[in-house]
Amino acid sequence: MSDATEETAPITLYRLQACPFCERVVRKLDEYDLDYHSRFVEPMHSDRNAVKRVSGSRTVPAIVDETTGVTMSESGNIVEYLDKTYGSEN
Amino acid sequence: MDLGFDIVDLPESDHPVEGEQAPDFTRPLVTSDHWEDASLSALAADGPVLLVFHPMDGSFPATYVWNELTERAFDDHHDVQVVGCSISTPYEHMTLIDDREMDYPLFSDPQNGVAEAYDIVNDLDGMAGVSEPRPAVFLIDSDLTVQYAWVAAEWPEFPDYDAVSDAVASL
Repeated sequence: MSDATEETAPITLYRLQACPFCERVVRKLDEYDLDYHSRFVEPMHSDRNAVKRVSGSRTVPAIVDETTGVTMSESGNIVEYLDKTYGSEN
Repeated sequence: MDLGFDIVDLPESDHPVEGEQAPDFTRPLVTSDHWEDASLSALAADGPVLLVFHPMDGSFPATYVWNELTERAFDDHHDVQVVGCSISTPYEHMTLIDDREMDYPLFSDPQNGVAEAYDIVNDLDGMAGVSEPRPAVFLIDSDLTVQYAWVAAEWPEFPDYDAVSDAVASL
């Protein structure tokens, strides 16, 4: 898995260590064998400016997908997006 | 936890279980005041040890675990020494101890060798070259026999504090 996180990967995942919602997105990224780069942020909500700068919100997980130009928060939304964009029906 | 989706299962582990010998080790043991090399066996010689492996200092599970253990204060009611272990450096441990206002010392094991000895290594996805212990709790008596063992089977997962409490009470 670690070689799937190179800095040139088109998808950046903003995540919090051990956050189950973030791990849910990781599972989905792995399921579709997508290259992604992890960017870890602080547990303290008010300290998460790195996420807010890109998504407008301090919630994690958030992804930035340069392939499609999509930036998105909330694991349910992200999983649905990944299914629609990279799922087997595509 | 019921989140409406599956969380990550961790692989099977060959960690020590009740009745088996806990691997001895020596690492810097950090208090709010200082740190010095200390061995598990030397600690255990003073009384039973509740050895708590936790994710790196600053992670939310580390905060949750130490808030709960501080609140429960097993050492106030029983003959047990509560001791932590993570991959964080002694400096970070001092910060955690101060932030959480806790009286418990923490082993510092940046190279994660203790977790290897206990077979509880958790390789961290997205942090190349970094591994840490899975969350785990071992109650160890004076001759290093394990009296209670809990190791996370999912990521994340938290100890069953009531079970730990029962184990400490039955020493």
